[in-house]
Amino acid sequence: MLSTYQYPKFAYTPPPELAAGTVRRVPVVVVGAGPVGLATAIDLARHGVPVLLLDDDDTVSIGSRGVCYAKRTLEVLDRLGCGDAVVDKGVSWNVGRTFFREEEVYNFDLLPQAGHKRPGMINLQQYYLEEFLNRRAAALPAIEQRWKNRVVSVTPQDDGALLKVETPDGIYALAADWLVVADGARSPIRRMLGLDIDGKIFMDRFLIADVVMQAAFPPERWFWFDPPFHPNQSALLHREADDVWRLDFQLGWNADPEEEKKPENVIPRIRAMLGDERPFELEWVSVYTFQCRRMGRFNHGRVLFVGDAAHQVSPFGARGANSGIQDADNLAWKLALVIDGRAPARLLDSYSDERVYAADENLLNSTRSTDFITPKSGASKQFRNAVLELAREHAFARALVNSGRLSVPSVLVDSPLNTPDGDAFAGWMLPGAPLDDAPVRAGDAPGWLLEHTGGGFTGLYFAADPARIAAPTRAAFAALAAGPLPVEVVVVAARPGSVDGARVLVDADGLAAQRYDATDGTFYLVRPDQHVCARWRALDVAAVGRALARATAQA
Amino acid sequence: MSLNLQPNFGEPGQRYLRAYTPGDDFYEALIEAHRDLDDEHSQRLNARLILLLANHIGDLGVLRQALAIARDGA
Ligand SMILES: Cc1cc2nc3c(=O)[nH]c(=O)nc-3n(C[C@H](O)[C@H](O)[C@H](O)COP(=O)(O)OP(=O)(O)OC[C@H]3O[C@@H](n4cnc5c(N)ncnc54)[C@H](O)[C@@H]3O)c2cc1C
Repeated sequence: MLSTYQYPKFAYTPPPELAAGTVRRVPVVVVGAGPVGLATAIDLARHGVPVLLLDDDDTVSIGSRGVCYAKRTLEVLDRLGCGDAVVDKGVSWNVGRTFFREEEVYNFDLLPQAGHKRPGMINLQQYYLEEFLNRRAAALPAIEQRWKNRVVSVTPQDDGALLKVETPDGIYALAADWLVVADGARSPIRRMLGLDIDGKIFMDRFLIADVVMQAAFPPERWFWFDPPFHPNQSALLHREADDVWRLDFQLGWNADPEEEKKPENVIPRIRAMLGDERPFELEWVSVYTFQCRRMGRFNHGRVLFVGDAAHQVSPFGARGANSGIQDADNLAWKLALVIDGRAPARLLDSYSDERVYAADENLLNSTRSTDFITPKSGASKQFRNAVLELAREHAFARALVNSGRLSVPSVLVDSPLNTPDGDAFAGWMLPGAPLDDAPVRAGDAPGWLLEHTGGGFTGLYFAADPARIAAPTRAAFAALAAGPLPVEVVVVAARPGSVDGARVLVDADGLAAQRYDATDGTFYLVRPDQHVCARWRALDVAAVGRALARATAQA
Repeated sequence: MSLNLQPNFGEPGQRYLRAYTPGDDFYEALIEAHRDLDDEHSQRLNARLILLLANHIGDLGVLRQALAIARDGA
C-alpha cells in the first residue's frame, strides 16, 4: 500500500535509573503519548508542573484513526501552542450533507455565524496531530519523554503510585506523586487496578479505508443512508490532508473482517462509491467495531484517568479524541493548583464530576446516532426510513435525521465550581459554558477574544469607554491581580483607550458584548480552561473572591 | 389551523442548548417503546399510538392533512 506519510521514529535512550538502581520520585507521570496524554503533559508543563511522559512505542498513531477535530479542540490546541500547525495542515470545513438513496435530504452548517477564529471542524490524520503535539512537547523543558517505556505494574499509595516500567534494557521502578493514565481504550493500567468500565458494544462492523486520489469534491462531510453504491448500509466520505480521503462503509455484523480487508474486495466498493474510473491508491484499510462505555469515576485517589482509557464512544460524532483533549484541558489546571498547594485535593473530584457529565453527553449523542444509522429492529428501521423520506420535503423531519451530532464542548451547568447567577443575563454564556469567541483588537493588532484568556483565572470587564472606568474599579483590578489566586483583568471596551494594569481589547463590532449579553460594567470570571465560573452586572471584589474559592473547591 | 411541519418538539419551560436535542429525545423514547417487541406487537403499538395522538390533536382538518402526506409516500 502507498504511504503519503513518513512515520517519525523517536529515540529511545536507556533510563539512568536502570544502571543506578535507585527509585526516582517525580511529581507527575503521564502514561501514554496519544493525543490525550500529550495534551495533558503540555498543559501541565504550561502551568509549571514537570512531567515524565512514558509510552510503550516510539512513533505516532499508525493507520486510520481520528480525523475530525472540532473547533473547541482547536481552541485548546491554540493554548497548547499547536493550533496553527494543525489548522494549516488540516482541511477546514463547516458543512455536512446527508443523502438518502440518491437524493440529498438534509444538510447542516456547524458554524453559521461569522466572527470566530477557528472553523467548526478540521480533518487531519491523527498521526499529524500527534506529530505536532510531540514537536511542542519536545520544545518544553518541563517535559521528559521516554519512548519504549511500558508500564507493567502500578501500586497505588496514599501519596502517589509506584510503577514498574519495562524497557528494551530491562525493568526499573519509579515513584510518582500523581499518575495520569492516558493509555487508550484497552488501558492496561485500568485492568491492572481491576477497575470497571461499563457500556455496550455495537453489533455492527465498519470498513475504514484511507485512499489517495485527486478529487475536486468540496471540503464537506458527506453521509449516505442506503446509497445505490452500497445498498441497505451507510457510507461516509471525508477529505484529509495530502489528497488522502477517508471512506467509511457500514458492513453489518456478519461481515468477515479478514475477507473485507482484502484489496480485491475493498477496491470494487470504492469504485462503486466514486462512480467513475479515476485512479486511486489504498493507503490503509481496517475493519472496526465500536463500543460506548465509561468508567464510574475518572479519579481514584492519586490515579487519574483521561481520554479513551476513561471512556469510549462510537465515532459518529467525532467525540473520541475531541472529548479526551477536553479531559486534559479540565484536569491540568486543577492538578497544577493542587500540586502547588493552592487548592485542596478534592478539587480533583470536580475533574471526575465534570468530565463524567461530559462523557455521558457524548455517550448519549453518539449512541443515538449509532441507533439511527444502524437500526436494531424492523420497527426502528421503518421509523428511520420514514424520517428520511419525509426529510426531503419537511423541515421537522430534517431535524430528526441523525447521521452524527458532531462534537461540541459540554456546558458544565451542574458543576459545583460554578457560582449561580444573581443578576439577569440573556444568551448562552451561562456559568459552566465554554467561552464564545469574538473578534477584538489589542492596540493595532486584530485578534480574538479567546487568545486573551486561558492562562490562569481571567476577569473580563466590559466597558463602554476605558477612559471612564472609575478609580475604585481600577483599584479592584489591581486587588484581583495581587490576590493569592491572581485574576488577570482584561477590559473589553467598545472604544480604544488604556487602563493601568489591565489589557484593553477593542470590541469594535460589538460582537463580544452581544455574545456575552454584556453592558457597561459587566464582569465575567473565567477559569483557566476558558469556562465561565461566575458573572455579575457590576464588579465586586469580595464576590469574585467567593467565586474563586468555590471554583477551586475551597468554599 | 394547518398541520405544523416545522420542528416542534420541546417541553414547557425548557431551553435547549442544541436544537436537535428535543427531537432526539423524542426519537429515542419512540424507539425505546418498541424495544423487545416483534413486528406484530410493534404494529399494535403504532396503531394505538396513532389513535391516542389523533384524539389529542382532534382537529379533523389537521388530521386529514397529515393522513394525506403520510399516504402520499406509502
Ligand atoms: C476509525 C476511527 C475513527 C476515529 N475518528 C475520530 C475523529 O474523527 N475524531 C475524534 O476526536 N476521535 C476519533 N477517533 C477516536 C480517537 O482515535 C481516540 O479517541 C484517541 O486516539 C484517544 O486518545 P488517547 O490518547 O486517549 O489514547 P490512544 O491514542 O489510544 O493512546 C494511548 C497511548 O498509550 C500507549 N500505551 C498503552 N499502554 C501503555 C503502557 N502500559 N505503557 C506505556 N504506554 C502505553 C499507547 O502506545 C498509545 O500511544 C477515531 C477512532 C477510530 C478507531
